[in-house]
Amino acid sequence: MECTLDAQSLISISLRKIHSSRTQRGGIKLHKNLLVSYVLRNARQLYLSERYAELYRRQQHYPDGAPLLAMPVCPPPAAAAPPELAALPLPADTQDREARSCGAARGGAELLEVPVCAAPPELQRAPCRDSSPGFYRAPGSAGPGGGGGGAAPGLLYAAGCDFGSGGAPHCSSRTTVLDLDTHVVTTVENGYLHQDCCSQCPCCCQPAPGLASPPPAPGTKRKYYPGQEEEEEGVEEGEPGGGGVAGGPPFAPCTKRARFEEYSAEHPQDSSNISNLISIFGSGFTGLVSRQQADSEQPLNGQLCSKQALASLGAWTRAIVAF
Amino acid sequence: FVGAGGGNDIQWCFSQVKGAVDDDVAEADIISTVEFNHSGELLATGDKGGRVVIFQQEQENKTQSHSRGEYNVYSTFQSHEPEFDYLKSLEIEEKINKIRWLPQKNAAQFLLSTNDKTIKLWKISERDKRPEGYNLKEEDGRYRDPTTVTTLRVPVFRPMDLMVEASPRRIFANAHTYHINSISINSDYETYLSADDLRINLWHLEITDRSFNIVDIKPANMEELTEVITAAEFHPNSCSTFVYSSSKGTIRLCDMRASALCDRHSKLFEEPEDPSNRSFFSEIISSISDVKFSHSGRYMMTRDYLSVKIWDLNMENRPVETYQVHEYLRSKLCSLYENDCIFDKFECCWNGLDRQAAFPTDVLLCSSPSCSIVMTGSYNNFFRMFDRNTKRDVTLEASRENNKPRTVLKPRKVCASGKRKKDEISVDSLDFNKKILHTAWHPKENIIAVATTNNLYIFQDKMN
Repeated sequence: MECTLDAQSLISISLRKIHSSRTQRGGIKLHKNLLVSYVLRNARQLYLSERYAELYRRQQHYPDGAPLLAMPVCPPPAAAAPPELAALPLPADTQDREARSCGAARGGAELLEVPVCAAPPELQRAPCRDSSPGFYRAPGSAGPGGGGGGAAPGLLYAAGCDFGSGGAPHCSSRTTVLDLDTHVVTTVENGYLHQDCCSQCPCCCQPAPGLASPPPAPGTKRKYYPGQEEEEEGVEEGEPGGGGVAGGPPFAPCTKRARFEEYSAEHPQDSSNISNLISIFGSGFTGLVSRQQADSEQPLNGQLCSKQALASLGAWTRAIVAF
Repeated sequence: FVGAGGGNDIQWCFSQVKGAVDDDVAEADIISTVEFNHSGELLATGDKGGRVVIFQQEQENKTQSHSRGEYNVYSTFQSHEPEFDYLKSLEIEEKINKIRWLPQKNAAQFLLSTNDKTIKLWKISERDKRPEGYNLKEEDGRYRDPTTVTTLRVPVFRPMDLMVEASPRRIFANAHTYHINSISINSDYETYLSADDLRINLWHLEITDRSFNIVDIKPANMEELTEVITAAEFHPNSCSTFVYSSSKGTIRLCDMRASALCDRHSKLFEEPEDPSNRSFFSEIISSISDVKFSHSGRYMMTRDYLSVKIWDLNMENRPVETYQVHEYLRSKLCSLYENDCIFDKFECCWNGLDRQAAFPTDVLLCSSPSCSIVMTGSYNNFFRMFDRNTKRDVTLEASRENNKPRTVLKPRKVCASGKRKKDEISVDSLDFNKKILHTAWHPKENIIAVATTNNLYIFQDKMN
C-alpha cells in the first residue's frame, strides 16, 4: 500500500493523537487509542526492520564491530552484538511487542503509557541493564521506583524511549495503572530503560538508584564512527542538560525534575531546546513545539517531556512522549 | 437502480430537509443518531448537544396521493446534559450515541436514549385536553381563597392545542465504566442490552438499580488488551441470542442460555485478512463500526471502514456477500489517518419490509429475500445502496442543491483514477468533512432518512 508518510512520521503523528486525546471532551477514547497503538506498532516494526537492515549494511563496511555505535549503549558494545543483530528476528516478538505497544492506549481510559520501545529480549545485555524505569511522575512525587506516589490519579506515563534499537536493552515500562473499576493502583514492571535514553530526555526518566553497573561517562557513551560525530555531539549539546551530568549514576531524579521544572517555567528555552533537538534530528515537529508551549503553561498532570524526533541515521531514534 | 428500468428498481426523490441552512455548523447540532419507530410514523434524531428531536409523519392525504406524508417536528427535548465525574476527573459528553424505540403498547411512545454513560427511558405522550373548572384553583393556577367558594362544580376536560410531552421514566446509570456504544431492545420487549468498549450489560426496563453483566472482555492486565466491543444487537426473534462486533473485525454470537456470563461465544464470525491488502492501517479499517440483523434474523450485516459485509448466521468463516463502499479510499488511508477520518464510524441499514413482500422471512423466499437492499453512508455527503438481488449499486448525494421535491436523485460517480469523465468527481475533490454516518430506512415503506453533519434529509421513492 502506498503511504505518503514514512514510519517515523507515522509514529510521531500517532503519538500526537494519543497526546491530544487526553484533552478531548468525554475522556480518553479507549477504542481510538487502541487503534492508534496498532498503527504505532506497525510503523515501529517497519522502522525497526529498516534500521536493522541499515545496521547490518553498515556492519558489512565496518567489520570490527565499531558501528554498533549505532547502539548508544552504555559500555562499548559487546562483540556479541553484531551476531545478535544479524540474528534479530524481524518482526520480532510480535506478541510481546503487540502487548506492549498496545499499552500505548489500551490503558487509554485508565492510563496513558507509550512503551513504544521493546528490543527483543535477546538483545538485552547485562551491562546496559539499568533498572531505571522509563516513566514520568508528576512533579513532587517521591523518588523513582516507588509507587504511584504523588502521581496524578491515573495519569502516569511511561517514556517511550528507544525504539528497540538493536543494541539497547529493551526499555522499561514500569507502568502504574489506575483501574477505573476498582480504583486500585498497581505497578507493573517489565524491562529496563536504557540510561542513555534518559540522557537524551531533557526531563524525564528517573533511573532507579543502585544501578547494576555504572553508566559510561557521557563522553564515552558511545563510540562514533566517521560521519557520526557531529550529529551525536550535536545531540549532546542540544539536549537540555541531560548529557551534561557527569558520568556515574545517571541523573538524579531530583536534578532532572528540577531541571525540568525550570524548563517548564521558562518555556521559551524549553521550546528552543526542542527546536534544537528537532533540527538535529531532522523531523518536522512544529506542531509539537507549539503544543509544548501551550502545555507548559497549563498545570502539569504528569511530567512533560519534550517530544523527541526520530534520529537520522547513526543515532538511535527515540520517541519521548510529550504530555 | 435509478432510471434503469425494471419493475423493482427504486427511484429516489428528494422529499424534505431539516436543519440549519448555513455552512457554519454549531457543534451541538451535529446529528449523532437517527431512528424510525416501529410503525415508521415517528423519526427520532439525537445530536451532540444531548437533544432529541422527533418528527411525525402526516397522515396520508387522500388528495395528495403522489407523495407520502411529510415529517414535521413533533417533540424536542433535552435528553442528556453534560456531566462531570469528579472521582475520575472525567467529563461525560452529552452526545446521544443511540436511540432505540420500544414497540408501542398504549397511547404513549417510549424510547431509550443513551450517551456515553447513562441510558434513559423517555415517555412521549400527547395531551390534547385539559381539565377546566377546578373549585380551588383559578384557570391560571393561582389558588382561590376557599372562603370565596360558594358553589361546587365538577371539572371537565376541554380540548386544547396538542401538546407533546417528554418525560424521563427511568434512568439507568452507573453501570458502565467505559463508553457506551450500543443499546438493543430484546424481542421480549422487557429487557435490553447496553454495550461499552469492554462490557455488555443486560437490563430490565422496569429496574434501574441493577443490571446483569453478560459479557466482559476486560483482561486482567490492561496491557494485554487487543480488542474492544464496537457494537451489539439482540437477535430479532430469539430472545436469548445476541451478537457483538469487535475492533478486530470479528462478530461473536452468544446465547444467554449457555451461561450467565457469555464470555465464550457460541459462534465466531471472522474472515481471514487478505495479506495483499496489509498496511499500517489494516487494524483500523477492519474494525467493525456497526452490526445489524436482517428482519428475519437469518443474516446480519456489518460495516467496516471500506465495506459492508453480509453474513449468514450459519456460516462463520466468511461473509456471503461483500460490498465495497468506497474502495478508492484504500490508497488514501494515510491522509485519512492524519485527518482522523479513518476513525469515522459509519452505520448501515437494511431496507424496510416492502409492502410487496409476502413473507418477512428470508428463508422462505430465498429467491428474493425481502431484506434485499442495504444502505450506508460515505463522504462528500454521498450515500450508497446495494441491491443484493441485482448486484447493482448506486451512489446518491444528500444536498440542498438541485433538490426540489419529487426531483429524482441523480446517481453520482467517483472517479478513482485516470481521466475523469464529465459529471464524475475525483477522489481528491471529495469533501471529507461532509460525511454521512447515520442513515435509517422506514420499516414499512420506501422512505429513507439520511443525516449529514447537521441536516436530516428525507427521500422517498417516486410513486407513479
